[in-house]
Amino acid sequence: MKARHHQAVPVAVDPTQLLSADSRAQLDAWIAKYPADRKRSAVLAGLRIAQKQNQGSLSDELIAAVAAYLAIPATQAYEVATFYSLFHIGPCGRHKVSVCTNISCWLNGGEQLLEHVEHKLGIHAGESTPDGRIHLIQEEECLAGCVRAPMMWVDGEYHEHLTTAKVDAILDGLK
Amino acid sequence: MSAQPSGQAAPDHVNIEIDGTPLQAPKGSMIISAADKAGIPIPRFCYHEKLAIAANCRMCLVDVEKAPKPMPACATPVMEGMKVYTRSKRALDSQRNVMEFLLVNHPLDCPICDQGGECELQDLAMGYGRSVSRFSERKRVVADEDLGPLVATEMTRCIHCTRCVRFMDDIAGTTELGGMFRGEHTEIGSYIGRSLKSELSGNIIDLCPVGALTNKVFRFRARPWELIARESIGYHDALGSNLYLHLRRGEVLRTVPRDHEDINENWLSDRDRYSHQGLTHTDRLSAPRIRRDGVWVDASWEEALKVAADGLRALVSRHGADALVALVGPGASAEEMYLLQALARGLGSANVEHRLQQLDFSDDATAPIAPGFAAPLAGYSQTPAALLIGAHPRHDAPLLGHRIRRAWKHGAQIHAINPLGFEHHFGLGQNLVGNPEQQLADLAAVAAALATLRGTAYPAEIQQWSLRSSRQMEAGWIAQTLHERAGARVLFGDHAVRHPAASALRRIARFIAVTCGASFDEMPQGANGAAAWRVGCVPHRGPGGASVRPGTALPQALSGARGLLLHAAEIEDCADGSAAAAALQKAEFVLAFAAYTSPALAAHAQVLLPIGLAPEIDGSYVNVDGRVQTLAAAAKSPGDARPGWRVLRALGAALNLPGFEFVDFAALHAVIAPLLSGGEVVAGAAAASPSPLAEGEGLIVQQYRPIYRVDAVLRRSPALQSTVIGEDGSLRLHPEDALALGIGQGGEVSWGGRRYSCTASAEVPRGVCRVATGFAANVALPVTGQRIVLEQVRHG
Repeated sequence: MKARHHQAVPVAVDPTQLLSADSRAQLDAWIAKYPADRKRSAVLAGLRIAQKQNQGSLSDELIAAVAAYLAIPATQAYEVATFYSLFHIGPCGRHKVSVCTNISCWLNGGEQLLEHVEHKLGIHAGESTPDGRIHLIQEEECLAGCVRAPMMWVDGEYHEHLTTAKVDAILDGLK
Repeated sequence: MSAQPSGQAAPDHVNIEIDGTPLQAPKGSMIISAADKAGIPIPRFCYHEKLAIAANCRMCLVDVEKAPKPMPACATPVMEGMKVYTRSKRALDSQRNVMEFLLVNHPLDCPICDQGGECELQDLAMGYGRSVSRFSERKRVVADEDLGPLVATEMTRCIHCTRCVRFMDDIAGTTELGGMFRGEHTEIGSYIGRSLKSELSGNIIDLCPVGALTNKVFRFRARPWELIARESIGYHDALGSNLYLHLRRGEVLRTVPRDHEDINENWLSDRDRYSHQGLTHTDRLSAPRIRRDGVWVDASWEEALKVAADGLRALVSRHGADALVALVGPGASAEEMYLLQALARGLGSANVEHRLQQLDFSDDATAPIAPGFAAPLAGYSQTPAALLIGAHPRHDAPLLGHRIRRAWKHGAQIHAINPLGFEHHFGLGQNLVGNPEQQLADLAAVAAALATLRGTAYPAEIQQWSLRSSRQMEAGWIAQTLHERAGARVLFGDHAVRHPAASALRRIARFIAVTCGASFDEMPQGANGAAAWRVGCVPHRGPGGASVRPGTALPQALSGARGLLLHAAEIEDCADGSAAAAALQKAEFVLAFAAYTSPALAAHAQVLLPIGLAPEIDGSYVNVDGRVQTLAAAAKSPGDARPGWRVLRALGAALNLPGFEFVDFAALHAVIAPLLSGGEVVAGAAAASPSPLAEGEGLIVQQYRPIYRVDAVLRRSPALQSTVIGEDGSLRLHPEDALALGIGQGGEVSWGGRRYSCTASAEVPRGVCRVATGFAANVALPVTGQRIVLEQVRHG
């Protein structure tokens, strides 16, 4: 989703300050998989590591830090971070929830389920609950659970053959 | 493709056919470039011959025989026997359908769009689109970003051709724009909403095929069909970039590039594009002014010229002709420079100078007839190696920087010996940053290492300096590159010319160039320094390099001055501003031919004669290649201002001097045209170079000319001044020196009873204080190589 709440990103960020020693060690392992002049290939891994370090979301500064660590222009890291729906920029909820509305789920009521979730949480897709508990990921393409449609993705886990009651139970179970 | 080779294709060429026309195209080239050469129109948005191929707009789809689907002409290489149809039903249908998709989200706001009338989308929609839209859904809206004072954005209009993205990444080298988000949410922008910092950013306005990126300074001021285009050139660096001035009723409203492959290609620096704002600054003089009983009054030309002539005569008879010093800004036209020296020499003074930024004149006698590049400027794009000496090409001459970047992208080795750690947009092999003495030592070490590699002897001067270098190994690497790569360039840049021992630096640089067979390229001062040398605006040589009674070099000449003749020269243009200010203060008679008034002139001049600026006058310019470009007046001067050559002619005639008998520009130009090319000089013996550093306590001053402070017009161009790279004149120190001074990241310091703001910057070497010139507030500060003891006033 559009992140318009930009922090003032300093002209030069120091990746050794912003990325933890552990994150840098993980990133180094990724960099080592690519030829020395192709460090940029590790940008996805870098963003994933940074997001994990930051409890599930990225900040403008953190993206710039990953770019600086890989010696690529920050702009190109922003392009990547904004392209993928599983990179979350800016403060967002602890639990990531995505309701599939693609063809199979749609035929089985996925759209109504999403409406139900939005209504229940009082937020739209792409937003987080004010208490910081749940982040509803913007509408995505098929999540590959068609055989047991409709389905929903919660923190990397699939919940299938859903009904509104099941969804309520799952969401209420998220702390 | 199974077609038989037909016809006699040149080697590395293939035969193709476009719309039935047989053509030959280089192997590996794209259909669109063959079509462009043959004049066959193919619509396009994302393709641009100077940019990388993206093939993302799909507008150039054409029908290729035996291909199962339409192919993008910009990304389909030609093949032997290929038959292409650009007007077949399949091609036209594809183009119309792509156009329909492009217009799905494009707003129909042409009446309020600045691009209206010169819009590629508008033109192609006319030619290739439907006349009625079938789209009745909501269009998307994109929030705008502020890209700074030069480029206006209206991103809802963007069609995502990514020309601007590719330009900033590939050509400008700053990668400040990108395609953010995806699919229907794609937005072109900087994401973090920061102003563009590239010195070439204005080019994305020309590249943008729609009205998403437009000229902020020109915004809503005129429609393109109201404008008249006049050919002109840029006058802020010595490249002489070709451009068109777009005028309405004599006023320059905007500037756009004019293609010249050997100079600026199809680009233009922001400096040349936006400086026209300065033409209408409130400082502009529109009538002659004289000081009567200590009060400035407007005067008629007759009266002002009489006062000027009387003043000059009186001065010469009272103090002798050599008490008169004539200074001309290096951006004036060759004709004005010629007449100014004729005026000064006619009155008997030998003190004529255009090198206001130079500190060391001791090799004047051995100088060639004019500085310039020994090999063509265009060759920088292909050079295999370059050694930059005191050069920050990005800011000294932005389009030279672009060429060096291109060479670097193709594998050139670039090394630098510089006074400051400049932010280049190309990678450097070795970057030796040091104070004036270290630069000399490092360059000498390169020369010695190179001579050793070549097995030749080198002069004692090189040996002496070389021993002082602490970077022998790095110097060895530079020498190795120059030794191995034939056809290298040695760029003797703006800072080298202004080095306190420039003569020694120049001798060593020349030795390097000669030893390895590289081209020695010296940047002339200002836009027309090469012409200034040729028409005799130096104290030791007359027009055409003729030997004359030599005058005194700048600092001494100023200390003995009783009268000043200033032509398009301000105190801020002088490296030694305090000497110039002192001379102005004690001069009995100051006559200024000036486009602008300034506090210094208002306080000390007696007569101000308003002259036209480069876009407003006929005049000749000589660029780094020695290329002479003679321009016709395009814009209108304000009020009673006249071309400088007319004013000088009238004054010369009033003084009954010889050489002022011509009546029109053509006659004047005929006199100087032969001087501007060819010619030889008899070299004399060089004097000993001065010491590059003053002894004593304190930090070593290193002057720096910020990109938008180099001449009077730029200093008065508000949009350029408010860019990210426009400077505020604060002093800069190495972070550790700043810490030692107790100002941390920044604060206020004092020197000589004045206060200066001061910031820490990693580009400054230890023990050096970077002083930005071109600011009235910094005029009193010492020159490069002198010492300065700063005291902390305030922290943070």
